[in-house]
Amino acid sequence: MPKEYKTPKLDELEKGPWPSFVTEIKLAAKEKEMCNDLLGVLERSYNERIGHWKHGGIVGVMGYGGGVIGRYIDVPEEFPNISHFHTIRVNMPTGWFYTSEALRTLCDIWDRHGSGLTNMHGSTGDIIFLGTTTDELEPTFSELTQAGFDLGGSGSDVRTPSACCGPARCEWACYDTLKACYDVTMKYQDELHRPAFPYKWKFKFSGCPNDCVAAIARADISVIGTWRDAIKVDAAEVKNYADAGMDIFNDVVLNCPAKCMKFDHESKTLEIDNADCRRCMHCINAMPKALRPGDDKGATILIGAKAPIVEGALLSSVLIPFLNIDDEEEREDWFDLIEEMQDVWCEEGKNRERVGEFIQRVGMGNFLEAVGVEPIPEMVAYPRDNPYIFFETDEEEEE
Amino acid sequence: MADAMQERLTDIGPPNYEQFLHPVIKKNYGQWKYHEIVEPGVMVHVAESGDELYTVRVASPRLMSTTKIRQFADIAEKYCDGHMRFTSRHNAEFMTPNKGNVAKLKEELLAIGHPAGGIGPAITSIVHTQGWVHCHSAATDASGVVKCVMDDLFEYFNGEKKLPGKCRIALACCLNMCGAVHCSDIAILGVHTKPPRIDHANLNKICEIPNLSASCPTAAIRPATVNGVPSVEVIQENCMFCANCYTVCPAMPLNDPDSDGISIWVGGKVSNARSEPKFSKLAIPFIPNNPPRWPEVTEAIRTIVEVWADNARPYERIGEWIDRVGWPRFFRLTGFEFKKEHVDDFKHAGLSFKRSAHITHEPWEE
Repeated sequence: MPKEYKTPKLDELEKGPWPSFVTEIKLAAKEKEMCNDLLGVLERSYNERIGHWKHGGIVGVMGYGGGVIGRYIDVPEEFPNISHFHTIRVNMPTGWFYTSEALRTLCDIWDRHGSGLTNMHGSTGDIIFLGTTTDELEPTFSELTQAGFDLGGSGSDVRTPSACCGPARCEWACYDTLKACYDVTMKYQDELHRPAFPYKWKFKFSGCPNDCVAAIARADISVIGTWRDAIKVDAAEVKNYADAGMDIFNDVVLNCPAKCMKFDHESKTLEIDNADCRRCMHCINAMPKALRPGDDKGATILIGAKAPIVEGALLSSVLIPFLNIDDEEEREDWFDLIEEMQDVWCEEGKNRERVGEFIQRVGMGNFLEAVGVEPIPEMVAYPRDNPYIFFETDEEEEE
Repeated sequence: MADAMQERLTDIGPPNYEQFLHPVIKKNYGQWKYHEIVEPGVMVHVAESGDELYTVRVASPRLMSTTKIRQFADIAEKYCDGHMRFTSRHNAEFMTPNKGNVAKLKEELLAIGHPAGGIGPAITSIVHTQGWVHCHSAATDASGVVKCVMDDLFEYFNGEKKLPGKCRIALACCLNMCGAVHCSDIAILGVHTKPPRIDHANLNKICEIPNLSASCPTAAIRPATVNGVPSVEVIQENCMFCANCYTVCPAMPLNDPDSDGISIWVGGKVSNARSEPKFSKLAIPFIPNNPPRWPEVTEAIRTIVEVWADNARPYERIGEWIDRVGWPRFFRLTGFEFKKEHVDDFKHAGLSFKRSAHITHEPWEE
């Protein structure tokens, strides 16, 4: 008979309209003693206000250095069924699209080999299989690969790339986010499964400047869709929005960061000075039936975002203002540049130093020089405002 | 096992996404014309071909049992030709070309505990981390706090109450920020507030001391011999409790029931719409962990949401509203105390000081 845990504190979290994770764990606990013990230790954490998980150990599947996060409990004698409770990261289908059949396949595998608990999904985007024993790792992996799935990244490797739904279900996608993400994922399989970098390296693909996968805040390489030509305007639909009561002057024109729009109240026409447009998306977001990104579409490539650990949080900054990433040739050149950047970072980067922090340390100018990219004004919010310039003396001239 | 070993597959990557796309999506891939929000939690995408695709977005706790995923699979089969997806913020989405299926989808999903909402100027699911459910470095729980906050803000999820613009909330249970919460309209961040307790007897056996010293952003960790064995010492006044040392060395735990808690940050965004992406800024430095329902946290977040909703202009996100009216207004209207902790003292701190005479005088009285 499984132990019966009283969980008065957790039970409080089954109340209220938002779906309850406690209810989910209880559902899984009907099938698995592991999940019953998880309820027990979690109630204890709620009473003691402290976690009971220990630092991960090194566990994994043969030949891979990532994809499994070791997890052990600090009170195994009390909760023996979760003395090991490792996480498996499974690379999600790009854009998080599934068929019912694929979902059931994943459930079948996980019910056979683990807790039956998941995260749909982890923050980076992987399917998270939450909790199994060391012995079950290899059999889980074997069944996953037979079913066409593979592990995601962890540790100092290429982390599982992610993309917004893109052209599959969004009119604003300025490039094929799903294809770009999938191709990058396939290209970097070795780097994804075998950590060989100073620290993690993330790719994220957003189809437009709304950036639904938060690429600019989280990815070492942020790929954000944009366009170069004029915003497409459907004048009749602009008029329809105005007639329907939209305050186009206050809500659209005054919110334009470039102040590049004029609205004529009489004729209900919108005029855009596209040369000044910054491609922020606000007007298009506000009037999706009337305004659309242009036809000359591609992506802005930015580099270096990360969360605070170690030296402080960074947003990505512009590396390539416009790249036609759907074009095979341009994409190959871009892959070459990425390889160049990774080489420099691997050579010179310190342990646990993300590429953004590396650039902060060595200087963006030096980094660009090392990877063979010319500095351009698009890369800076403003030029240097201090006079501490490292002028480089021309050695030949001095001789 | 032997058979499995023989045909062992590696580096196959994820299954190709194309096989998972709904036929209507495949047909209209890259050919969508516009979309409209039909009702809270429901939108329709219209293609150049005239095809329509309805999406019902529902709440998810993110932590899901296979039992629930199978229920989702069944519902997708019944109403969505066997297709569904999840969003970057962990919502579940059910898509169908058949408008008549929308009401039934909403009803059946609600019946298994998943209400529709979270589209447009609404509060949607909270991106979050593992917390006490599965993490070694958590300074608070994740799923529990999220559940309490979303229960409390539910009327902003299901559309009963309107908001000026989008509001993205995220939670990370420690400074590692697996949830990358640092650019959220409202960020809930678990924090430690006491230095690590050093396990001198075991440290040298399980950790590399040079790596450990190098892990400290403020160089507060120095090699030292303690009781005759190699270990480290922590310069206490330089420690800001980031726990990076604990990440590289298990012999440096910081977790503590009384000194761990939650900080609240506001005004970040990742979208480029209107204003450039920006970091969240500190609103409340520390709230003690008060499980199971964290009432002080839910109240603080409700205060932020209500003050913003009452005062912002259409489309203005929290950070954009504060940029316009100034931080003195934010602190006055929320009633949050402004303290020493709010003034930055890390690298480049001076950039956050008020370096102009643009000041509102609070409170303004006619």
